[in-house]
Amino acid sequence: MLRRFVATCLLFVWLMPAASTSALAQTTLSPEMEVRAKALFLQLRCVVCQNQSIGDSDADVAKDLREIVREQMLAGKTDDDIRNFLVARYGEFILLKPVFAWHTAVLWLTPILLLLVGGVLAWRATSRSPKSVKSDALSKQDENELQEILRQHRD
Amino acid sequence: MIVELGHLALVLAFALAVVQSIVPIWGTFSGDRRLMATADTSSLGILFFVTLSFGALMWSYAVSDFSVVNVWQNSHSQMPFLFKLTGTWGNHEGSMLLWVFILALFAAAVSLFGSALPPSLRANVQGVQAWLLATFLLFILLTSNPFARQEAALEGQDLNPILQDIGLAIHPPMLYLGYVGFSITFAFAIAALIDGKIDSAWARWVRPWTFIAWTFLTAGISMGSYWAYYELGWGGWWFWDPVENASFLPWLSGTALLHSALVMEKRDALKIWTVLLAILTFSLSLLGTFLVRSGVLTSVHTFASDPTRGLFILAILSAFVGGALFLFILRSSRLEAGGLFAPVSREGALVFNNLILSAAAATVLIGTLYPVVYEAFTDAKISVGAPFFNLTFGLVMIPLLIAVPFGPLLAWKRGDLLGISQRLMFAFLAAILVIILTGAFTQKGQWLAPLGVGLAVWLMVGSFAEVIQRAGLRKATLAVASRRLAGLPRSVWATALAHCGIGVTLLGIVCVTAFETETITVLKPAESVVVGEFSLRHEGYASRTADNYSERSARISIFKSGEIVAVGTPSKRFFPARQMPTSEASIHTFGFSQLYLALGDVEGDGNVTLRIWWKPMILLIWLGTVIMVIAGVISLSDRRLRIGAPARRKSKGKAASHA
Repeated sequence: MLRRFVATCLLFVWLMPAASTSALAQTTLSPEMEVRAKALFLQLRCVVCQNQSIGDSDADVAKDLREIVREQMLAGKTDDDIRNFLVARYGEFILLKPVFAWHTAVLWLTPILLLLVGGVLAWRATSRSPKSVKSDALSKQDENELQEILRQHRD
Repeated sequence: MIVELGHLALVLAFALAVVQSIVPIWGTFSGDRRLMATADTSSLGILFFVTLSFGALMWSYAVSDFSVVNVWQNSHSQMPFLFKLTGTWGNHEGSMLLWVFILALFAAAVSLFGSALPPSLRANVQGVQAWLLATFLLFILLTSNPFARQEAALEGQDLNPILQDIGLAIHPPMLYLGYVGFSITFAFAIAALIDGKIDSAWARWVRPWTFIAWTFLTAGISMGSYWAYYELGWGGWWFWDPVENASFLPWLSGTALLHSALVMEKRDALKIWTVLLAILTFSLSLLGTFLVRSGVLTSVHTFASDPTRGLFILAILSAFVGGALFLFILRSSRLEAGGLFAPVSREGALVFNNLILSAAAATVLIGTLYPVVYEAFTDAKISVGAPFFNLTFGLVMIPLLIAVPFGPLLAWKRGDLLGISQRLMFAFLAAILVIILTGAFTQKGQWLAPLGVGLAVWLMVGSFAEVIQRAGLRKATLAVASRRLAGLPRSVWATALAHCGIGVTLLGIVCVTAFETETITVLKPAESVVVGEFSLRHEGYASRTADNYSERSARISIFKSGEIVAVGTPSKRFFPARQMPTSEASIHTFGFSQLYLALGDVEGDGNVTLRIWWKPMILLIWLGTVIMVIAGVISLSDRRLRIGAPARRKSKGKAASHA
């Protein structure tokens, strides 16, 4: 049940008519470039899938996108160039890691802010002046209970 | 008839839950012990009726009664019997019923095992549990009735093929036991706020329940991850999918709760925070249920396709979370702060743990919700996927992972960081050694992988520093040390194992991320491909038909240094009832590593496309979680947790009689 979202996507993918041997790349890159391409694949969303990158997906769209990335890489484009090209074509939806800009500032900065604010609060809590805190001594009732327990254990 | 009885039982359970929502709490206000005690009976009654109802639904699945809409939609007469049974919760209505069944189970557990609790606290806890029960029973009765009838159909529409797996038998029940288990800590927190009184005894009662929920949740998440790994057929094991995040969030805050409750129990400090965390943890469970059940996550628009359910759960969510937080603001000032401590101390370390885990949870939460909220406000779509989570979550967690071995060594109130560092020197040296070794074997530029492996080793080795120290392994003779080891409190072992488990999981994650290889190839019959130290030969493919699906599979012989070590049959299945294909990967284990074969296209001339992954050390990911689960069980079996809990008023009489 937990997997339903991913699962539906996958089924969707398998349902697609597959061109023969299309999982293989048409454009061949040098080994270093292939490593770069694979890293970039994982950052780009297969736009018809639920939550898969084009590196993980077998969908035709993903294959086409992988091909585009490879071709552009071969043409000497940088990773940023390729990302910009794809965003212009498919929108920001294609980036699995959103850009850092005004409209994503909340997303990116919340963890840092929380750590800072939480850290300050925690620090203040631990270095409170001792006066504001009750003494560590047991209350009278607790003390009696403790003596009672100790007495029983001696018996 | 049985179906109608199941429906009736659900109504009766609801009625009892409404009574239990009011009477025991009324009893605590009027000081009437008899009213308070009614909850002990009624919670058992609720469990009885919900069990009856759940049993009735399961029965109609077992006999494939297609006059029940729910069974007709999610079952098939030709399915194996086990999958017929597990299909009971492989759908919305049934899984909600399972949810409520487990809620009822935990409510009854408080009645059965909570006899040592102060009566008013127990009555309030049971009252709060009844609120939850009544609300969710009402939700089922009004919007998700699994017992609706129709004109009997000849054949069912089949269960989603992905769910026709042993995973469905284990994963959802485990996960729900974890999710819903946190309802007890929630109820305890609310009850404490109603009472306006909270002390270290409260923490001592809450901690075992938190351990139970945490242990099940850990097992459930891990099981789900492995299920996805072998079932989905592309070798991923964690996708940062919203549905996964929904289960991970309560795990993060539940882990924080375990640690803060420890401070509260031992040092009477962090009370307000612990209560808040108990509320938040179950709120995140509820949020997860809402996110998954309402369909908001797939798209804002599917939310509208069934607005009653989504809105109903949203209302439940706001009522419980909002109400709880309101009560918290109102009453938390009554809870006085306890023990004082220096920043460098056991308490300080646990506060640090809580800070990081909360920030990590917030990161996952905002990453999960941001696209939904963004789309709702701007109508534009953005994605927040694995690269975002890996970066942010990873960065937030690293300081905590480094700090883990220090924590248990620090003294309460004021710790000696320098002395501890000396005691951890052996773990540090082990980590450095491993970093150098791994660095020598990795390609240039991949400096992250050796560091990650080093961190994992630091965790695995450093976690046992407390055990080593307490046993005096450095100075004592072997006999003395082993006697001491055996005599250590189980909680010490549990801590060491749980922390070590995180290291083991981390090691698996780092290795598979850094050193995994993927090969995509087309093989003609009798053709071979080399993958690392293996050679794989295509031996032809076969078709067969099973009861409810047809299958095409390739036979792949796997050779290692010239000898055949395994034969793989990656296959594709087709389920005619749902017109759905699935992929069955063929997975072969070598030590902790696996070779993962997935079948792509099969052509007429016998050529097959294969995707082959080498997944080094991947089993460590789940082995680590198994170690954590074992740690949870050991911790639960600790005498101090079990017997320590009831020691309050009643125990005096008992202790005297034992003496």
